[in-house]
Amino acid sequence: MHLPLSEMYNEPDDRNVLDRMRQGVIGQPLDRPEGALKVSGQATYAAEWRIDGCVEGVLVLAEIAQGQVTAIDRDAALARDGVLAVIADPAMTRRSAQGMAAKAPQQDAAKVEYFGQPVALVVARTFEQARDAAVALRVDYADAAEPVPFDPHAPDVKVEAPSSSKPVEGGDLDQAMRDAAFSVDVEYDTPGHASAAMEPHATIAQWQGDSLILHGSYQMLAYNVKEIADCLGISPDKVRIIAPYVGGGFGSKLGITHEAVAAALAARELGRPVRVVMSRQQVFQTVMRRSETRQRVRLAADAGGRLIGLGHEALVSNLPGEKFAEPVTQATEFLYGGENRLLKVEVARISRLTAGSVRAPGEAVGMQVLEAAMDELAEKIGIDPIELRKRNLPATVPVQGTPYSSRMLTQALEQGAQAFGWSARQDRPCQTRDGDWWVGMGVASAARVNMMVPAQARVTLRADGSALVETDQTDIGTGSYAILGQIAGEMLGLPMARVDVKLGDSALPPGAGSGGSFGAISTGSAVLYACEEIRKRLAKILGCAAEELVLKDGTASHGDAAPRPLRDVLGGEDLTTTGKIKPGKTAKAFSQASYGAFFAEVGVHAFTGEVRVRRMTGVFGFGRVLNAKTARSQCLGGMVWGIGSALTEELAFDTRDGHLVNHDLAEYHVPVHADVPAIEVILLEERDAAASPLQAKGVGELGICGAAGAIANAVYNACGVRVRSFPLTLDKIVPSLPDPFAQTL
Amino acid sequence: MKPFALDHAASPDAALAALGKGATAIAGGTNLIDLMKLQIATPERLVSIRRTGLDRIAPDGDGLRIGALVTNADCAADPRVRQDWPLLSQAILAGASPQLRNRATTGGNLCQRTRCGYFYDTTQACNKREAGSGCAARDGFNRIHAVLGTSDACIATYPGDMAVALLALDAVVLTQGPYGPRQIPLAMFHREPGDDPTRDNVLQPGELITAVRLPAPTGGRQIYRKVRDRASYAFALVSVAVDLTMEEGRIARCALAFGSLGTVPWRDPAVEEVLIGQEPSPALFARAAEVLLHHARGFGANDFKIPLAARALAATLAQATKV
Ligand SMILES: Cc1cc2nc3c(=O)[nH]c(=O)nc-3n(C[C@H](O)[C@H](O)[C@H](O)COP(=O)(O)OP(=O)(O)OC[C@H]3O[C@@H](n4cnc5c(N)ncnc54)[C@H](O)[C@@H]3O)c2cc1C
Ligand code: SF4
Repeated sequence: MHLPLSEMYNEPDDRNVLDRMRQGVIGQPLDRPEGALKVSGQATYAAEWRIDGCVEGVLVLAEIAQGQVTAIDRDAALARDGVLAVIADPAMTRRSAQGMAAKAPQQDAAKVEYFGQPVALVVARTFEQARDAAVALRVDYADAAEPVPFDPHAPDVKVEAPSSSKPVEGGDLDQAMRDAAFSVDVEYDTPGHASAAMEPHATIAQWQGDSLILHGSYQMLAYNVKEIADCLGISPDKVRIIAPYVGGGFGSKLGITHEAVAAALAARELGRPVRVVMSRQQVFQTVMRRSETRQRVRLAADAGGRLIGLGHEALVSNLPGEKFAEPVTQATEFLYGGENRLLKVEVARISRLTAGSVRAPGEAVGMQVLEAAMDELAEKIGIDPIELRKRNLPATVPVQGTPYSSRMLTQALEQGAQAFGWSARQDRPCQTRDGDWWVGMGVASAARVNMMVPAQARVTLRADGSALVETDQTDIGTGSYAILGQIAGEMLGLPMARVDVKLGDSALPPGAGSGGSFGAISTGSAVLYACEEIRKRLAKILGCAAEELVLKDGTASHGDAAPRPLRDVLGGEDLTTTGKIKPGKTAKAFSQASYGAFFAEVGVHAFTGEVRVRRMTGVFGFGRVLNAKTARSQCLGGMVWGIGSALTEELAFDTRDGHLVNHDLAEYHVPVHADVPAIEVILLEERDAAASPLQAKGVGELGICGAAGAIANAVYNACGVRVRSFPLTLDKIVPSLPDPFAQTL
Repeated sequence: MKPFALDHAASPDAALAALGKGATAIAGGTNLIDLMKLQIATPERLVSIRRTGLDRIAPDGDGLRIGALVTNADCAADPRVRQDWPLLSQAILAGASPQLRNRATTGGNLCQRTRCGYFYDTTQACNKREAGSGCAARDGFNRIHAVLGTSDACIATYPGDMAVALLALDAVVLTQGPYGPRQIPLAMFHREPGDDPTRDNVLQPGELITAVRLPAPTGGRQIYRKVRDRASYAFALVSVAVDLTMEEGRIARCALAFGSLGTVPWRDPAVEEVLIGQEPSPALFARAAEVLLHHARGFGANDFKIPLAARALAATLAQATKV
């Protein structure tokens, strides 16, 4: 049956259209088409556009945490060489926009809410002049009348229920804990994280009449246009953002941030283009952080190792009034059984930069803790941690009763165990020593919600038989160019050399944007729908049904007819159409998530407590694999994040004045090559019709969701030290290590 | 960064002349330029000493003379260094990244400033950056700070690796200055902060490091053990340099130096005395650690360094004394 192509995704589309095509490019591990440009320095990033007459702006950051700017010594700054303007406009932002806000974040930078908040912009002819004047700029402040604490655990901190999520409650958890044959009740801490994208935030703003053009580094252009327009009080159709290449975002570029609005205001005041590039320290201090969390996990199991109760409560933080609250328990809702449950997030109101989405908000920190607690439970029960997980996969989502669209968790655990060699694991700690290293293994489940968001894409089958895909979808290093081209190539029977993909310009139809792992499936579905429409039109030209049409290598045929070059079929005409998709009833009717399993082997130095990951295996099922290479890279990158989250990454705030102590990459430790061992990634093919007409689910964040838990579990298995505070730095391990000479002398 | 003038000196004499007129020497620039960007250093005149010809490694009697401008990469790769002073090679390779080591120089490395986060942040009180302004690290986030040689004024470490190896190897720093040449034993080169943390070392204004001299090789077993938060590209939390000779099952001679433990590269003859003439054992290593750490004092977040140093010492000695 041919389903009508509907904008709203209301019914699972199980036609598996892509499987019936002939080109054979979908799923192939193809290189990214823009890859060569990037590695040869020819891809133009935001700050690199050469624009005539452009001058340079540098942000000035507050040297207090809370208060009011009372005076800025503009004259002294303007008297310096090359300085053109000091911008301190009420329209400047003091917070960053949250993902998909589509409206201005908090403005009026004269009110200081956290240490390092931008308060002004100095513009000069050269970057060096601007930076020097920015450092010298004198700003006077009045202290805040009612300051909020810097520390989420301060006694006087205000704790609120977030407006963005409701607790999940079922049965009687306390009773279940009392009835349990085995239980754990543990508290874990995770620190704040920075996105630490390679490319710092940068904007070049240029006005043409009353229209604004921005070359910037953003993830979601359609929303960003509205955010900037709202900040400036102009109509969104007067704003165009150009961002064909983005050097990573990881959530920090979902919404607009300070440099964009400041650059636009400065360019308007000066009547010339202005570039504002944030320094690494400024990005760390002002853009976006992942909230630290304190999580209490309660697990109650019966004698057979089946969960009868599950509690997951988290305290996160944000600025007063900010809606976002790290959704720590998001995957806990559907992952394991236990009808007696309490899942809840609360927000402490503190003075630190905006907390928002950092890669896999919720699951990144929620899963690592849940999975570590599951390991503690498995040990108590005395069963294999894989077995514990397999025993506790519910038939439908607890409390809600929603069915699962698809779930490859058992397969991932089993296949991973095989590939990794799990059977060699010792079930007690301190059993394996390799020289000075205790060696251990750990496992964790992976889970990340799947989301679709509204998306559009225009596809043109050009008269010469080549195709053009156009959407404002961004490619933040993930492979959007590659997979959108592959979908079109597969659907239109074209080799990749004949498909052009144009992205990252807000003048193009609005794609999904890059965030929440939804870019590929949402924008990809829009491309698929557009291609289906074009196939229909081709079928009409050829006088056959769309289902009979065979497109391959630039030719069209049907039935016994000989293949004809598309160029001939098209007769000089372009076929163009815009595909559109919006989430519909399938979003609520099914619990949709991508799943997987992580396996880690670590060494813990018997003397110094240093932890080094020796190898990792990740197995993932996320529906159809659109490109096995870019999907693998996403999983691999996620697991590297897991290593950082487990072992090294931590934003250190000074709780006396609220300033961020480690605001650069020398002291905020992301994993380096030597920290990343051989990582094996296994992709499980699956079709999930409820998720999208591509039968694909999101994969961009899955690789991080639980990875740190597997590493923490391996640390315990190696040396018997259970650290309930991430990251597992050696200072937390050393005090509990056994005698290092036990095995060596 | 403030505007500055840059000259290139074509000889040590030209460099000295410029230094005498108040210029600041720039070698690889990997530390100085960062400091200038943050306006922690604000020199008005720089003299580049990269073309002074001081970039050679040459034999010096039984020892070796390493020019001040020899890059860290070249020094670590030198066959003589690798053969006879492997400790130095290991220490350099444990530091920074290949890109930095290609640029960083022997003299610059010795003069690198602390990594104390409060020192690098001009919004914070720091006696090392601005005399008398206070020390924000003392009651702050001081996880990377020193537990030995601290003062009320400052608790920052000298963060480098190379100097720790040089200290264990009894190296000497050769300088030229307004008052003529000097030979400064490495052990005397860095200064504990006392009540003037602004000066990290004993160099006088206008003085130029020309070379570092290594005495004759000891033939001992040499190990540099760097304990750090990630496997590479991180400063040491604690490091241990050992050069040790065993005879008939006993420690016949032994030199030990420690990095990121004290405010300066740390060597304590009393620790070596405990070990010399003894048979290695965990109990002996523990005794050496007790002597080393007797006066150690933590400031909260860095308390862990004290037990960590004891364990790192034990690990290194166990490895070095194994036959
Ligand atoms: C991210 C990062 C990580 C690092 N990690 C490590 C690490 O793990 N271990 C480690 O040991 N180091 C590390 N370093 C520090 C690095 O080793 C030093 O920056 C480098 O050795 C300095 O050498 P340079 O030649 O670039 O010095 P410059 O920056 O040119 O100079 C530094 C100082 O020395 C003075 N100077 C230079 N040469 C002379 C001379 N001949 N006579 C008198 N004064 C002189 C200069 O005036 C200046 O004050 C790291 C640096 C960075 C940026
Ligand atoms: S420890 Fe030393 S360098 Fe750090 S803030 Fe205190 S005085 Fe400054």
